[in-house]
Amino acid sequence: MKTLHILGLALATVLGVSQAGAEELTGTLKNIKDTGAITIGFRDSSIPFSYLDDHQQPVGFAMDICGKIVDAIKNELKLDKLEVKLNPVTSSTRIPLLANGTIDLECGSTTNNAERQKQVAFTNTHFLTASRFVAKKANNLSAIDDLKGKSVVSTAGTTNIKQLTEANAARNLGINIIPAKDHAEAFLMVETDRAAAFVMDDILLASLVAGSKDPSAYAISKDAFSKPEPYGIMLRKDDPAFKKLVDAATAKIYTSGEGLKLYDKWFMQKIPPKGLNLNTPIAPELKAEFAKPSDSPDPDSYKAM
Amino acid sequence: MNYHWNWHIFFEPDPTGATTYLDLLLRGLLLTIETALFAWIVALVFGSIVGVMRTLPSRSASWFGFAYVEFFRNMPLLVQLFLWFFVLPELLPRSAGLWLKQLPNAPFYTAGIGIGLYMSARVAEQLRAGIGSLPRGQRMAATALGLTRAQVYRYVLLPMAFRIILPPLTSEFLNTIKNTAVAITIGLIELTGEARSMQEFSFQVFEAFAAATVLYLLLNVVVVTAMRLLERSVAIPGYISGK
Repeated sequence: MKTLHILGLALATVLGVSQAGAEELTGTLKNIKDTGAITIGFRDSSIPFSYLDDHQQPVGFAMDICGKIVDAIKNELKLDKLEVKLNPVTSSTRIPLLANGTIDLECGSTTNNAERQKQVAFTNTHFLTASRFVAKKANNLSAIDDLKGKSVVSTAGTTNIKQLTEANAARNLGINIIPAKDHAEAFLMVETDRAAAFVMDDILLASLVAGSKDPSAYAISKDAFSKPEPYGIMLRKDDPAFKKLVDAATAKIYTSGEGLKLYDKWFMQKIPPKGLNLNTPIAPELKAEFAKPSDSPDPDSYKAM
Repeated sequence: MNYHWNWHIFFEPDPTGATTYLDLLLRGLLLTIETALFAWIVALVFGSIVGVMRTLPSRSASWFGFAYVEFFRNMPLLVQLFLWFFVLPELLPRSAGLWLKQLPNAPFYTAGIGIGLYMSARVAEQLRAGIGSLPRGQRMAATALGLTRAQVYRYVLLPMAFRIILPPLTSEFLNTIKNTAVAITIGLIELTGEARSMQEFSFQVFEAFAAATVLYLLLNVVVVTAMRLLERSVAIPGYISGK
């Protein structure tokens, strides 16, 4: 019970509540302790963060991190057994399912930004990605200015399409911006020449290219539309005890070198189900973040050492 | 439920900073209306032609009508839009395909025509039923008056058939409006699409979709009322559908 006391004290300091109410576990942790189960939300095609392998089991970089978080919770609550339930989520269902308590953690590739923090909380950043574009090599497009007057696709409702719109206006490029329903459809538009380029998070572009019919036909631009933006594992807002525990667990993973090992496993080696290799060496900004974990939504706070 | 309700979100600026979220949704509503009207015109024109063909004595005409109706109504709308948008240009010669792909506003026209053709099969079936419900004597009497077949349809059968099928046509129009939501699969960001964008940006899922629901409801109430008025104004006493 000693740890519980410490936890309660921490909670009391954070919330500024009286000592009497701080004895008990609250929020998500209480729920996990009572039910002996935790529910993790996963994405079905966010390669390599969270996706289904050939046995229809969710795997990925974020799933591995969540596995470690679950271990830390189990230790903290001194449970012999902690059942892990898996629940698929999409970009439209992740918020309602997190809010109504169906899932406790969302392990995928959700961008952590200030506006979203009004609704949910994020733990330490597990990836940084910038907006770039992919185009067919044959079309010789490498800089943002090369897109002048072309049709360019991006996924509707993403920060990427917003950045594309801004760059288009600021640089007066006259780009015909086409919104697409999802990443797969947007990439299909480039594949079928409906659009000259697709603007998206560079890591998602790398996985789409690696999974395409002819990966050597595509090139990802060096030019970026944005600073690297953080991805975080999402949890419920206003649950400081749970967030503190998850933050401590993730910080331990990243600072102990385990984070780098996991990174290597998912971004530098062949991954299931098709043996793709994303071949994306770790960015200096992310390396610095792993050394000093942070949950900041501000891209400016992530700098290379 | 740990959800942070924020009904003021509609008046907050959207991420581009240029407009509010409410404007974003209203822009989507406008596109929904435009697409639905375009699709409905296509549906009425093609549906009327095919519906008439199915009632003609000519065997080949009614066979064509049958094949048309079964082709369009037996395939999910989602699949049809996908075929029009992604598969058709690949089947054409490369230059024609590229031209088609690079047309401006391609999702809008594809959605309008695709949804229109899908709905036209349903309009055709209703028109056929409407014409079929008229007593056989009407057609015979018209012929006996010396009217040609085109005149029989123009002056006798169609005016009555269309009045009879006005109420079911109202529901088909409503279906057309709701079916435009399927067009997000080909990148038409109409009302549902804008609601989705709004929830992605702001994470206020329930507010976004509640607003979209209300807007769809209002739009459909307007259509139902307008169609009622139309029914009343074209009703002729003594006709089957008249009072």
